[in-house]
Amino acid sequence: MTDLASVAGACGTVAVVAPLLLVFVLGAPALAGAPLGERATDRACRALIAVGLLSVVAVFVLMLTTGDRHVVVNLGNWVSIHHPTDEAAHYHFAVKFEFDRLSVPLALLSFALCGTIGAFAARYLHREPGYTRFFVLFAVFLTGMVTASLADTIETLFAGWELVGLSSVLLVAFFQERAAPSRNGLRVWVVYRVSDAALLVAAVALHHTAGEGDFDRVLGSAPWPHGRATLPEGQALVIGLLLVLAAAGKSALVPFSGWLPRAMEGPTPSSAVFYGALSVHLGVFLLLRISPLIAASVVLALVVIALGLATAVYAYLAGAVQTDIKSALSFASLAQVGIIVVEIGAGHWFPILWYVALTHLLGHACLRVLQFVRAPSLLRDYRELENAIGEQLPRAVGPLAAAPRGVRGRLYRFALERGHLDALLACLFVRPFVGLFRWLDRLDRRWAALLRGAEPEPKPETVRPPAPVQPEPAEHRT
Amino acid sequence: MTFASIPWLELAVAAPLAGAVARVRDPRAAARWCLALSGAGLVCAVIACATADDPGTAGPLARLFGRPVFVLDALSAPLVPLVALLHFLTALATGRTKLARVSFAWLLAGQAVRVGTFACAAPGDLAVFLLLGVVPPYFDLRRRGRATRAYAVHMGVFAALLLGGLGASGTLAAALLMGAVLVRSGTVPAHVWVTDLFENGSFGAALLAVTPLVGMYAAVRLVLPAAPPAWVLEGIGLASLVTALYAAGLAVVQTDARRFFAYLFLGHAALVLVGMELHTAISLTGALALWGSVAVSLAGFGLTLRALEARFGRLELTEYRGLYAASPALAVCFLLTGLACVGFPGTSGFVATELLVDGVVGASPVVGFGVVLAGALNGIAIMRAYLLQFTGARYVPGVALGMTSRERAAVLALALPIFGVGLFPQPYIASRHHAAKSVLTGRGPETPAGTPDPVGIRPPQGSHRAPRPKRDRRRAERHRRSGPSTSTPGGT
Repeated sequence: MTDLASVAGACGTVAVVAPLLLVFVLGAPALAGAPLGERATDRACRALIAVGLLSVVAVFVLMLTTGDRHVVVNLGNWVSIHHPTDEAAHYHFAVKFEFDRLSVPLALLSFALCGTIGAFAARYLHREPGYTRFFVLFAVFLTGMVTASLADTIETLFAGWELVGLSSVLLVAFFQERAAPSRNGLRVWVVYRVSDAALLVAAVALHHTAGEGDFDRVLGSAPWPHGRATLPEGQALVIGLLLVLAAAGKSALVPFSGWLPRAMEGPTPSSAVFYGALSVHLGVFLLLRISPLIAASVVLALVVIALGLATAVYAYLAGAVQTDIKSALSFASLAQVGIIVVEIGAGHWFPILWYVALTHLLGHACLRVLQFVRAPSLLRDYRELENAIGEQLPRAVGPLAAAPRGVRGRLYRFALERGHLDALLACLFVRPFVGLFRWLDRLDRRWAALLRGAEPEPKPETVRPPAPVQPEPAEHRT
Repeated sequence: MTFASIPWLELAVAAPLAGAVARVRDPRAAARWCLALSGAGLVCAVIACATADDPGTAGPLARLFGRPVFVLDALSAPLVPLVALLHFLTALATGRTKLARVSFAWLLAGQAVRVGTFACAAPGDLAVFLLLGVVPPYFDLRRRGRATRAYAVHMGVFAALLLGGLGASGTLAAALLMGAVLVRSGTVPAHVWVTDLFENGSFGAALLAVTPLVGMYAAVRLVLPAAPPAWVLEGIGLASLVTALYAAGLAVVQTDARRFFAYLFLGHAALVLVGMELHTAISLTGALALWGSVAVSLAGFGLTLRALEARFGRLELTEYRGLYAASPALAVCFLLTGLACVGFPGTSGFVATELLVDGVVGASPVVGFGVVLAGALNGIAIMRAYLLQFTGARYVPGVALGMTSRERAAVLALALPIFGVGLFPQPYIASRHHAAKSVLTGRGPETPAGTPDPVGIRPPQGSHRAPRPKRDRRRAERHRRSGPSTSTPGGT
């Protein structure tokens, strides 16, 4: 039994290290100015993702064999500060990973989908100028996903969470010759930073109320989903709300939903695996992970249900009027995410729904990836069909057309404006912030000029580059 | 004379000083001499750090003054070679097109003074070097024909407060020294000299003047050992937190790259000072760790910006410039060093920020929230700057504008500690913890680098922040029940 446990631990370590190794294999030569060729990149991806996948499968098989539903891989203390006399001055950052009913399916899904989409992207991006950049970021994303899904401490989860965010944003801005992807990438980044900050504050609060960041101590040592939170209801509610805010940002729940269709500016392979399957479900995964907190607070459960319902309804309405296939798919994806969130909230009363939510997540991720990667060829098939029959294919009437006449116009306006969510956030937060700090900047400059003796501000020695060359067309593929 | 008995620390100051007083007319020859003497200073500093445990024999300065002037202890041991390294890499990365405009004599003089500053521990000696340190940027501004009044006013106030603080005693001394530290660190509203220096001075000189965070060194050496009243440290902490938030917010909306960098520096310098205010072993360890991390990351980021400026002139953050295709290596360096500044996972700042946030939240959740918010804003500012500079309609230059081998070597040399410490942080954090303990026990100058501390941490004598026996008992209880606590994450 002990031998099997140590084998499981070794396999778990390999599963965690394999994607990290992929980052180094692809990133280090690129940093040194000699990136790997396309074939070598493809082979490295296939080999290391296969190693990671097989390792998780091995852990899964060993878990079934031994009946152990909670395998912990403790890689030791990354940082440790000890003090001989003052116990309060101790500090350690443990790198721990856990394999349980929740993390193993998501890790398997991450490896399987990234392997499949990696193979797809090797052909899709053939001779693309940003080929190496794509795969380096793809490897960073996989590392982040595996780290976050297998994390046994909230700190480790946070590290993975940030890696996922960074790679997502840089891939949204992948086609960098146009300004629109960059603008959208920045918007996604801002939402992610809010989400990261909420997760960080939650982690800190968790640490200082429970004294630990380990999930098995905070959420109970029983295997998921049977854990019981060790926190009182009030603390569970406050920390849970912060974690819900973090999940809302990552999974594009209302009111942060505006970034999801904007993220479709990236190449199709990354859109498929990030926003159809993995990244968009990371917030949902976080909610599943903290299900003992939801079980401990009825208010938190109601908030989660309300958030999920609002997101599902919003995404259904907005998705009904989309005119491009990637946006339509993104809203369809969001509607399902909303329903999964409702299932998680309802798990407070019916814990079996947490299994339903996990199954829903896995199935939805696979289906949506298939739809995303099929989308470009589907459009071509439609065109060929229409050319063959000589007329447009019949189109079904949208669901909003069935609404009563009195509200139909409003519904259309709401859907076309995507619920005015972006405008709302801009009006409430962005404009006041920018306005305040630009005013402070002007004051700052005046104060500096006054101190300098009121001389006119020196003109910057800007050397403007000559007119830019127009970007090459057709790099943005749908 | 043995190898260890050679006064390496004095030589680390003397080598660049010799170059500073030499007169070399030809810019190319001056650049070569500057590189050689700066490198010699760096080698001496590294050897001095490596042989710090060996008492050796007294150097010429020690014989002259009858006491050691330059000493290396747990706090300063890694800082002295770091400061020398920053100067050497700045000289190395100076482009040939800029040779005629760069004053290598002042660069070497700056290196000598700053290395001397970090090698000093006695208040009087340190004050002399702190005052000397304000001179090179002043002459840099004058040489470029820019107004010096803003800089001179601030440095005049700094000098007055510093000398007043050293001359006074008791609470007044602590208050005056606190004022001096706040002015030297660029705390709001005394921050204008930093933005002024970056806007009007040469980028390299401004970078070297601020990135070693001399103000923090003054705080640790002059304010903490004086056992100031609680309100002094709380005042530094509050002012630093306001500065961190103010600077992070302004960095987000800047339209000029130099001002953007200046605010980025101000925000990070303030975050380091926040950790010092709380005066606990964990927060001070976090602050000291973040200090080194910020110095290296910001220096790498600054050198990247400087390399961009050398190619494209003064950079504006108002439109998408599409420079990625012209210099992809610069884009990668910009992003990596920028993310290292905000403590991204895998970089040296991650664990340092973790420690800082952990220590800060333990003392004050509100301050902890402020630190997290400032970190988030800094991250937004860096990504915005990256996207504005490197994305957009592709700019195809007529000549090759890629990174030169020297610039690449300089940034990679800084990337090594950034990622080395980021992936294997334990030795660095342990050394900073040792330094923090030395500072807290008031034994900083006497404790040689690398010496294990046999005694526990005790708060210094005086009336610092009141202890929190209940919280400490609770935490100790938890430790007994469940082992030592894990960290809280940071790295936003």
